[in-house]
Amino acid sequence: MRRIVVVGASAAGLAAAETLRREGYDGTLTLVGDEPLAPYDRPPLSKRVLAGEWGPGRLDLRTPDDLAGLDLDLRLGVPATGLRLADTEVDLGDGSSVPYDGLIIATGVRPRRLPGADGHVLRTLDDAMRLRDRLAPGRRLIVVGAGFLGAEAAAVARRLGCEVTLLEPAPVPLAHAVGARVGEMLTDAHRERGVDLRCGVTVTEVTGHGVRLADGELVEADEVLTAVGSLPTTDWLGDSGLTVGDGVVCDEYCGAARNVYAAGDVARWFNPLFGRSMRIEHRTNAAEQGMAAARNLLRPEARKPFAPVPYFWSDQYDMKIQAYGYLRGHDEVAVVEGDMAERRFVAVYRTGDRVSGALAVGVPPRQLRRWRQAIATGVRWREAVQIDAVAN
Amino acid sequence: MKVELEADKCVASGQCVLAATDVFDQDDDGIAILLDERPADENLDGVREAVAICPAAAIRLVDQ
Repeated sequence: MRRIVVVGASAAGLAAAETLRREGYDGTLTLVGDEPLAPYDRPPLSKRVLAGEWGPGRLDLRTPDDLAGLDLDLRLGVPATGLRLADTEVDLGDGSSVPYDGLIIATGVRPRRLPGADGHVLRTLDDAMRLRDRLAPGRRLIVVGAGFLGAEAAAVARRLGCEVTLLEPAPVPLAHAVGARVGEMLTDAHRERGVDLRCGVTVTEVTGHGVRLADGELVEADEVLTAVGSLPTTDWLGDSGLTVGDGVVCDEYCGAARNVYAAGDVARWFNPLFGRSMRIEHRTNAAEQGMAAARNLLRPEARKPFAPVPYFWSDQYDMKIQAYGYLRGHDEVAVVEGDMAERRFVAVYRTGDRVSGALAVGVPPRQLRRWRQAIATGVRWREAVQIDAVAN
Repeated sequence: MKVELEADKCVASGQCVLAATDVFDQDDDGIAILLDERPADENLDGVREAVAICPAAAIRLVDQ
């Protein structure tokens, strides 16, 4: 293999490129990114960048020297526009084409938008800087969508003194992701801080002066942030022949076709640890999957299934929320440590007869490690919860 | 080889501890602690993994 192309120059693409070099690949390595910036970190965008604590310079994932050491054919500010599997070539927005022996797709996601005016979204550094410039004491901000991104942005805007209205279509925010009880705990936290959180509210349109709701009501604001989820960036793969369905569909090795792999937010792969296909939009998964895809591409004879325990964190007010596992579709939640009312607790999640996830707020994160281990080894619910009851 | 940790960037994910248990730990807030600034050769692969996996790009392994 002498020519490898990595499409996507964010966390997953960078991890893939670094891993290829670290594992001894010394051929041509092309890294394509649609943004003009060197790889930068996105989680701080809705946290310290939006709060004005960090400028853009703090986000570089690697120093210029580190990047130079990778000896990349770096194509930044150029989107990929097509993939021709039969020709083994990627077409780029500047009209050029790049041939490959191996390809890693890491094009991430794009924010979903609502009909109407543009308003704000929060995915790129540009997005974050634009919104940050509009936040000031007394400014009225509507955040549409109380998922993790919307909730984090609402928390930051409140801290900056904005009047914040948070609109969420579900009866309880994040219930599908972390369960109703944790969702209610987060609801209380936002309301205590003065966020006007309205649930069961559907926004149909962003207007120039706010949003219109499904019942016709107009809610006014100076700024509107739409945070209603993301769509995998797969439009450029339209007639490539790859299977696309809410992401690039991959096997358990992150393989999408011969010598073609996908990683990060864009990849839908079969995770054998949970026995199901999943697509994970979390920062740590991007790096882990980029590494796994790179290794499997380089050593097909020794390729390994990608079977991670997903991990995510979210910072809201003074709370750090951390979770391991795959919590979606869980059957039961149990608080095994602390007290949810005090916002210091560990909750574990059951799916079928297994421990599928664990989430902690306000406890030393290391106390989650044994739960991560329980998830990784497929410990049965009964054993895990009994052991814990004895330990307590 | 020397490990550098920018604790101010740390997001308390603990990924470094999972990658290199002998080199990193976490305090009660989860912030990474460097246990061994100059790890033995057998721990370097784990440190390189930690550098690659750290979700805050807070760890570097430098040649000095």
